[in-house]
Amino acid sequence: MNNHEYKKYAQQKVSPSPMGKNLFFAFLIGGLICTLGQALLDLFSFWGFEKKICFTLTSITLVFLSALATGIGKYDDLAKYAGAGTLVPITGFANAVVSPAIEFKDEGFVMGVGANMFKIAGPVIAYGVSASIVGGIITYVISIL
Amino acid sequence: MSKKKGSTVFLENKPRILETASIAGQKESEGPLGCYFDCVITDGRFNEKSWEKAESKMQRQAVGILLEKTKKANSDIDFIFGGDLLNQCVGTSFGLLDYSIPFFGLYGACSTFCEGLCLSAMAVDGGFAHNVIAVTSSHFCSSERQFRFPLEYGGQRTPSAQWTVTASGAAMVCADEGNFAITAITPGKIVDKGIKDANNMGAAMAPAAVDTLIKHFTDRQIDENYYDLVITGDLGVVGSSIVSEQLENAGLVLGNRYTDCGKEIFDIEKQDVHAGGSGCGCCASVFSGYIFKKMQEGNLNKVLVCATGALMSTTSTFQGDSIPGVAHAVAVERI
Repeated sequence: MNNHEYKKYAQQKVSPSPMGKNLFFAFLIGGLICTLGQALLDLFSFWGFEKKICFTLTSITLVFLSALATGIGKYDDLAKYAGAGTLVPITGFANAVVSPAIEFKDEGFVMGVGANMFKIAGPVIAYGVSASIVGGIITYVISIL
Repeated sequence: MSKKKGSTVFLENKPRILETASIAGQKESEGPLGCYFDCVITDGRFNEKSWEKAESKMQRQAVGILLEKTKKANSDIDFIFGGDLLNQCVGTSFGLLDYSIPFFGLYGACSTFCEGLCLSAMAVDGGFAHNVIAVTSSHFCSSERQFRFPLEYGGQRTPSAQWTVTASGAAMVCADEGNFAITAITPGKIVDKGIKDANNMGAAMAPAAVDTLIKHFTDRQIDENYYDLVITGDLGVVGSSIVSEQLENAGLVLGNRYTDCGKEIFDIEKQDVHAGGSGCGCCASVFSGYIFKKMQEGNLNKVLVCATGALMSTTSTFQGDSIPGVAHAVAVERI
């Protein structure tokens, strides 16, 4: 059996991820997080905040809740079922920063927390910022044409 | 006359396994083999400041239990062959520091326990040592942070992913004490079939196990009924089914006589471990805790233990390399 054939053979031995269940829970829990976000947005505007401020407050609150859930060790329990449902919303990003920060505090605040807290989120930030710069340039070029 | 035939070394002087010691974490103690471990740590940190220190303490304690059981002093031990999964094997070096016993540090990934047994047996058989200890450990938390993600990171595991066992196992190999001899060993070669998925290490390691097992049976000229049990290290559900099938294709139908430590240590259905256990501590604790006790009770007389290792690092994985495997077989028989 050559390497290619072995890879195919080994793949057959692995039971596939339960797609239906994963999709359902991702939709349900991801949807609930988004609904919570909407509720917070409505609440802040009900309290009379300016629309732009309401968006910022909603993000801050969700990030705080996610960081808190990560800190008390509950976020990963939820993510086990939710998958992309907890990964895609802003809560996933907060978890990706807080979890290495907790993990690497054994190595100290500089070389541990400082050096590692963006280990997972770093690439998203780097390429997110890069993409927004490219997008900005394209928008600018179109606007002056 | 050479002691080696083919790939197998025949140990004519019959070095013995005098005693074993095992220590396991809470999750492992809740598994089907929970009652066989000598000591259980309920707190993953083991009252230490870091997971790495907890792993070192676990290994230190395993050796401590072994010395106590065998009533031997540190000065009676000629060498320790030890290793773990952490970078530069710091779990072992800090763990064994206080014993002041000449130390050989090994890295064979999860095959380290059998690698240690092979070298211990050869050192004793060759007359270079009288008492030798082979010890390894792994800790779920120290391995996760080194090889995968932070513990609190929210991710989903694939069905083929395995759970690193929190455990340590140690065995004392002696020249002339004990009822169980290491009769033959088959050190394995590195086998790479091109699997790149770090979440499917069972499939990456299985070809190495097949290679070593076939060589062992061929070199010893024995059939599939010779051993009461053939047990691989940590192939889990996926890898062990590949081994079973590939051995059958090669004419070795082991059936119920074959199993895998990674499959046995956890209740696969109930403990949410996906494809089973893995790590240096998996084979070490299952052999030291369960198998050897079953041998002492008289339920097993001839056992072939074949620990398997995935020889990759996070660097090689990120650079797109495949995962080479290795497997070492050790035959333990009542004399």
